[in-house]
Amino acid sequence: MHALVQGLILGVLTGGVYALMASGQTLVFGIMKVVNLAQGALVVLGAYLSYQLFVSYGIDPFLAIPVTAVVMFALGVGVHLAVLRPLRREDRAELSLLVTFAVALLIEGVIGVVWNTTRRSINTSYANDSWTVAGYQITVVRFAAFALSAAALGLLILLLHRTRFGRAVRATVQNPESARLLGVRAERVAALGFGLGAATAAAAGSVYGLLYPFNAGSHYDLISLLLSIVVLGGLGSIGGAIAGAMIISVSSAVVASTISPSWAPMTFFVLLLAVLLVRPQGLFGRPA
Amino acid sequence: MSDLLRVDGLRKSYGGVTAVDDCSLAVAEGTVTALIGPNGSGKTTLFDLITGYRKPDAGRVFFAGQDVTGRGPGRLYRAGLSRTFQQARVFPQLTVVENMVAAAGHRWWRQLATPRVSAADRARTEALLAEFDLTGDADRIAAELSYGRRKLLEFAAVLMSTPRLVLLDEPAAGVNPVLVERMEQHVRSRHAAGVTFLIVEHDLSFVMRLCDPVIVLDAGRPISQGDPSAVRADPRVLDAYLGG
Amino acid sequence: MIRGAVFVVTLAVLPLLGLPHWVLNMLVFVLMFAALASAWNLVGGLTGYPSLGHAAFFGIGAYAFALLLHRQTEITDGWQPFAWLPAIGVGTALIGVPIAAIAMRTRADVFAIVTITLLFVVQTLAFNLHGLTGGAQGLSFPVAPFPADTFERPFYYVLLGLLVLAMLLTFGTLRSKVGLALATVRGDEDKARGLGIPVGGAKVLAFAVSVGLTAMVGAVWAYYQVGIIYPQFAVDPLVTIAMVLMVFLGGRGTLWGPVLGAFVLETGQQYLAYELGASQFYLIAYAMIFLLIMLFLPRGVLPSLAGRLR
Repeated sequence: MHALVQGLILGVLTGGVYALMASGQTLVFGIMKVVNLAQGALVVLGAYLSYQLFVSYGIDPFLAIPVTAVVMFALGVGVHLAVLRPLRREDRAELSLLVTFAVALLIEGVIGVVWNTTRRSINTSYANDSWTVAGYQITVVRFAAFALSAAALGLLILLLHRTRFGRAVRATVQNPESARLLGVRAERVAALGFGLGAATAAAAGSVYGLLYPFNAGSHYDLISLLLSIVVLGGLGSIGGAIAGAMIISVSSAVVASTISPSWAPMTFFVLLLAVLLVRPQGLFGRPA
Repeated sequence: MSDLLRVDGLRKSYGGVTAVDDCSLAVAEGTVTALIGPNGSGKTTLFDLITGYRKPDAGRVFFAGQDVTGRGPGRLYRAGLSRTFQQARVFPQLTVVENMVAAAGHRWWRQLATPRVSAADRARTEALLAEFDLTGDADRIAAELSYGRRKLLEFAAVLMSTPRLVLLDEPAAGVNPVLVERMEQHVRSRHAAGVTFLIVEHDLSFVMRLCDPVIVLDAGRPISQGDPSAVRADPRVLDAYLGG
Repeated sequence: MIRGAVFVVTLAVLPLLGLPHWVLNMLVFVLMFAALASAWNLVGGLTGYPSLGHAAFFGIGAYAFALLLHRQTEITDGWQPFAWLPAIGVGTALIGVPIAAIAMRTRADVFAIVTITLLFVVQTLAFNLHGLTGGAQGLSFPVAPFPADTFERPFYYVLLGLLVLAMLLTFGTLRSKVGLALATVRGDEDKARGLGIPVGGAKVLAFAVSVGLTAMVGAVWAYYQVGIIYPQFAVDPLVTIAMVLMVFLGGRGTLWGPVLGAFVLETGQQYLAYELGASQFYLIAYAMIFLLIMLFLPRGVLPSLAGRLR
């Protein structure tokens, strides 16, 4: 019982971080119908950037986020302009999968060259602190990571609902044709949306770097996780991404703490297949 | 004359919008029935529900005396109920002949090992290709045809399965006047050969020349039906079209 | 037909010409990837459903093979283990059926996501299930008792056989109603379903055959690994990427495209690996080539050439 509750707590806290990572992914899909396989690599790159700021200048990873987010936003816009925009519209859905995979490999290669392949971790002064509440352990880092992810997600949702850009994005997600008729410039929204996806990856990356050691290949661990989350929640839905992240994170943590960590990765694949079986469009997705 | 197709209390909503609302109508065997109505009156949705592409929220569909509600489009197609689409959906990367053979309604599982286009298949397409003046294009890729000729191809292809009822979704839209006239002739000659038609069309002169009876749909249900002159004289129809 | 015969005979004669080991070794990998790309083409090229998870089935084949031999102390007849290939192929194809039946119900992008997820799940399991796979320490089995002089030959010929099998299946598919059904899936699946074409069955069948072939190649690869396989190589995302890339380079849905793609890319890859080592520069070069192909030759070499000639 104790293990189960501990697993639940861990699952919820981690789920918040996953939700932030996946929100960028689902946003990009919603706008462009592009499955961005580089999202994991962008998160890892974000982790490296905040690692570097921490090691070189002693900047706390949480405080580094505004800097890394701006840098990564620019990078995201650049990636979109360089490799996604040139794709012909009718090929875009299929080719974008492969192109973004290539971008992921490229980022992995660049990280390997700049920081080589040894595992890194960000060791802040509070890295090993934890609280004990009613017999359950909660590490400070995890709690802060959860709080920050929640705040970043809140900001993202606010941005989507309260700004002109956000309205353009939501109009595009709902119906690209009518959005175009209403004067939304699709390519611009797409480029900025991709940038925004990369900026969320930067924020998530700082947090990820605090929670886990990482190396150039770490994005492989994230790809399938993030994709399962967005498919489970329904491609294109931010609320769905949050719910999907929570479901997957909690069930993996519970399986890991009660059965065996070895089978935890299997949990989300089984969940994914089960959801696709009964609700092919995902929990919160609209039917095609 | 008996009803070949009957629709009973059909309803379909998307989100908050009810596209087809408690719709009941019948198509008698041997007629060329038209389905007209202002934009957004639910004509295409009704086609989707009849042909099994979408499942109704309520109501029933009867074809040839059988309740076929909820059957998939493939089963209905093989049972003799076929349709064309507004945008001329053909397989763009297949040749004209291949498009015809793909639509032939084979017993696919028994035929999987037979040649892609066997001599027998080709023979089956010949008469139709000639009838639709597509013989010269037989081995061209469908994507290379003009829009109008793709429409002809789609029409010719669904006839491969010797259907009893053909639903045409705007056969005259977007094609030149010469082709409109040919489309009309094809419907007439097929009708003479025993095929029943249900046609959605905005070109009212096309409808008035060709169809009897005419059913007028507004807000997802029929508001008037009868022969063309009666429908034309019906004040409710005018109201619906003028958005009264 | 004549072209095919010349191709096979040429390849069959090559090992007898006394080529150095490094050339033969390279040719083994070229044939391996030609067979893999041809297998991927059956589903990714003909149906248009881009599987990103084929490396999982490659790994399943490799581990199935290694597990079958794991308990033996030695192999007396080196050819004998190849007899397991049909069983591994059929078994993996059967595993593929339910996965395809679920993953192919919706759109091609969801399919891609499910298959790539499968890939990483299988990879993680290969690392984690120590009892079964030996985890990161690898899974060992006896070394094939072939003479060192001609060690590559048996693998070369078996892979050539698998390539020929994959090409014959592709040829047969393209020439039959199966190919027509798959082409309609690729063109407009909803419309095809409405014409009574058994799209679901055809897709699942193509996927099952494709992953069965992939698993057999994986098994031969494992056997070629001189007595031990490691999870990071047996279930390697780069294997999936290579298959996809070769098919895209050569031309999707064509008989010769995947073979052409494999011959060009695998020799290029070996050259890059030789020049740049296993360093991260290799990965960067690979990714750049990948991007260039996607951006400038999205239809592949053969279809682009055919388009020019038309």
